[in-house]
Amino acid sequence: MGAADIQTGAPVLDGLQVTDTGWAQDARTSALARLRDMGLPTKRDEYWKYTDPATLTAADAPSAALFEPGEALLFDDVDRLKIVFVDGVFDAEASDDFSLENVEISRLADTANADIHWAKSLYGVLELNGQTPVKRPLAAMNTAMATDGILLRVTGKVSKPVSLIYRHKSEVSDAILHHVIKVEAGGDITVTENGPAAARFNKVMEVDIADGAAFHHVRAQGRDHERRAATHMFARLGAESTFKSFTLTANGVLTRNECVIELTGDDATASVAGAAVGDGVFHHDDTVFITHDALNCESRQVFKKVLRNGAVGVFQGKILVKEGAQKTDGYQISQSLLLDEDSQFLAKPELEIYADDVACSHGSTSGAIDEDALFYLQSRGVPLKQAQDLLVLAFLAEALEEVESEELSEAIRARLEDWLSRRSA
Amino acid sequence: MSLDTEVKDGVDQETVDAVREVGGAYKYGWNTEIEMDYAPIGVNEDIVRLISEKNDEPEWMTDWRLEAFARWKQMKEPDWAMVDYPKIDFQDIYYYAAPKSMAEKPKSLDDVDPKLLETYKKLGIPLKEQMILAGVEGAEDVPAEGRKVAVDAVFDSVSVGTTFQEELKKAGVIFCSISEAIKEHPELVKKYLGSVVPQSDNFYATLNSAVFSDGSFVYIPPNTKCPMELSTYFRINAENTGQFERTLIIADEGSYVSYLEGCTAPMRDTNQLHAAVVELVILDDAEIKYSTVQNWYPGDEDGKGGIYNFVTKRADCRGKRSKVMWTQVETGSAVTWKYPSCILRGDESQGEFYSIAIANNLQQADTGTKMVHLGKNTKSRIVSKGISAGKAQNTYRGLVSMHPRAKDSRNYTQCDSLLIGDKCGAHTVPYIEVKNNSSRVEHEATTSKVDDDQLFYCRQRGMDEEEAVALVVNGFCKEVLQALPMEFAMEAQALVAISLEGSVG
Repeated sequence: MGAADIQTGAPVLDGLQVTDTGWAQDARTSALARLRDMGLPTKRDEYWKYTDPATLTAADAPSAALFEPGEALLFDDVDRLKIVFVDGVFDAEASDDFSLENVEISRLADTANADIHWAKSLYGVLELNGQTPVKRPLAAMNTAMATDGILLRVTGKVSKPVSLIYRHKSEVSDAILHHVIKVEAGGDITVTENGPAAARFNKVMEVDIADGAAFHHVRAQGRDHERRAATHMFARLGAESTFKSFTLTANGVLTRNECVIELTGDDATASVAGAAVGDGVFHHDDTVFITHDALNCESRQVFKKVLRNGAVGVFQGKILVKEGAQKTDGYQISQSLLLDEDSQFLAKPELEIYADDVACSHGSTSGAIDEDALFYLQSRGVPLKQAQDLLVLAFLAEALEEVESEELSEAIRARLEDWLSRRSA
Repeated sequence: MSLDTEVKDGVDQETVDAVREVGGAYKYGWNTEIEMDYAPIGVNEDIVRLISEKNDEPEWMTDWRLEAFARWKQMKEPDWAMVDYPKIDFQDIYYYAAPKSMAEKPKSLDDVDPKLLETYKKLGIPLKEQMILAGVEGAEDVPAEGRKVAVDAVFDSVSVGTTFQEELKKAGVIFCSISEAIKEHPELVKKYLGSVVPQSDNFYATLNSAVFSDGSFVYIPPNTKCPMELSTYFRINAENTGQFERTLIIADEGSYVSYLEGCTAPMRDTNQLHAAVVELVILDDAEIKYSTVQNWYPGDEDGKGGIYNFVTKRADCRGKRSKVMWTQVETGSAVTWKYPSCILRGDESQGEFYSIAIANNLQQADTGTKMVHLGKNTKSRIVSKGISAGKAQNTYRGLVSMHPRAKDSRNYTQCDSLLIGDKCGAHTVPYIEVKNNSSRVEHEATTSKVDDDQLFYCRQRGMDEEEAVALVVNGFCKEVLQALPMEFAMEAQALVAISLEGSVG
């Protein structure tokens, strides 16, 4: 489908209206007004230079064939609290009971008509904060129109991961979910997400991490070949807090993952990492914006992409160090391995620095598999395909290392190896 | 100078002093009292025609200008650069200002108004051929033969004179003002003008196409090494005028030329616009080295006055194995908007970009390069050092593009920034577009890969990696800067003292 076939812009916006009447109504109404004001993104916007948002902004979700990989779901062996959404609709039967020590779990749709909720102080607030200096209309659209989502209030260390599982059952499903996570002082939680979600998925996650608290996020975006997704993560970090997020993406026609992080308290640490494996009609875009607004904070961005058969990888990463944010340590690396002549890597790694006592660095490389390494492995008796897989895994390893939990990291590594060996077979 | 801020670890006093010296007193801020001939203020079709007429241009040239002007009227000023300045009123600028004495073009340098000769002498650019480079200390001890540089001197809107034309002619080299080239070598100008930077490439280039008044033209015939370095010296003198020069250099097959460019302007309270276009055409096996020391008046400590330097420079490596090298030292201008680019069209062609940009007080610099790899086996290298002090903003903005056809190509980019004081900013905005897998692209900020042999040598002598890279890059700069035979070699030497320690990417 060409962009011309898709209805975009004003007609789409005209049809939107907020139906909520509860605590989130004000945030939704103002988000819709903001969205109307800024309009939907187009390929002509600088921020969408490398990714065409036409199918993300079209009135209807382009249909996506269902994909049954015939393998167990990722993290199935991990002890966790499961919350399942099928095409964006909560599945109570498949989900676990919401009771878990040190975390209060509720659903956006369940609480929609209540007048008060703790999430009111965050819903749409971090999203709004993340709209400057760059507009993110799809996130505003999400705040206004989200049909459901999970609200987590973390008050202490949570014993097992809270796992959001997204299933895709309808070829034309269009899911909009908005999660709010508040990690209070002393809180420590791991949230995992996996599954293809829907034919088209628009997701926002707002995470507020109090002083000294920790938030770990591990995500595996499903293998569904035709699905499209635009996701936003908005995180605000207090003093001495920790934020860690890792995403594994395999295929999908179009994925745009935006991560907007603000370090507002001294000595906070943020890490965002991604490993993407793309084959064929695959367009994957990691867009990261990290703002340092406190002393002595550290941020890391590690993104690796392996691309073949015309797959396209995009990385737009920015570190903004505000005036006074001295002793900042900002690190950013984006690398791609192009396995054939047709694939593309497009990157814009940016630094904007207004403090003089900082160490910020970025690196970006792109190239083919190292012939010398391949030759070495072959000379040691490793068959070509296997040698390639080994080097691909080694290449992705640096991103995978950002996952703190060994159990989760192992699950992801095993899954990657499995995929690669099946391709080689 | 607001450099009395506390010096941070990793920034040594020598660096601070060097920046202070460079950014301190502007030495070229005086004004030449000379009777000028102005075109009416503002720009319209009549002004475009008038400029064309003043230069005795043929009709095709006038039409070309008018076409550009028509396009310009439809265009909007670009606003994507990280620079902030009050909106320019394009109707409040004089587009043509020439010394009255230049109304009748002098036949030789002997006929040039002594006041003008005096101006250039004061700048250290003597136009008398026997007095070579008296401005450089110790130059008189150097045998003239070794330091010969032919100069085209542009004063506001006109070329005052070009030295060594006879000697160059013997080698077959054409070096003259572009106005002269349009009359004397129309076939070359017609063929190449606008072929690298199209008539309506961008807002400022289009304006330049319509109103450019003079500039330099160079043609190096096949298999010729230009017998001396060529240079153009631009001087803005008149108030409220814009300078729009156009430079066109053609290096025919197997030829070589090194070209230098310098510029200064008097201190004034108002901002002045400089919108130049430089086009380089490089054919098979040819090479052009293009060096700039940009020292336009940067404005005072409060940001009052200074030049807006909005320049389009592009090299087209059309031929196989052609090579271009841009070297720039950007110290002046209130606002700089400049991206010398390389189109690597020919197979095995090479582009290099070396830049030192210093922004101080309230200066803003948004500069960088574009490396567009189209041919197979093309190579490019970018080394950019940005230094910000005071309340200045310094941005590196660059593009490296590997087209699907550009197999086995290579790019190495390194851009480091140094901040001195906590009120300034340093920014990096690289675009990297890789569309084939046999090419390697590396964009790095702190680590090596400059020249492995040199690095290895330094490492072996006990230096750490950063130190070694700094030394190698610095050593390279030194070599290039010292090659600049003008008065600013002094200034450039001060720059070299700047250490690269404490760099951020």
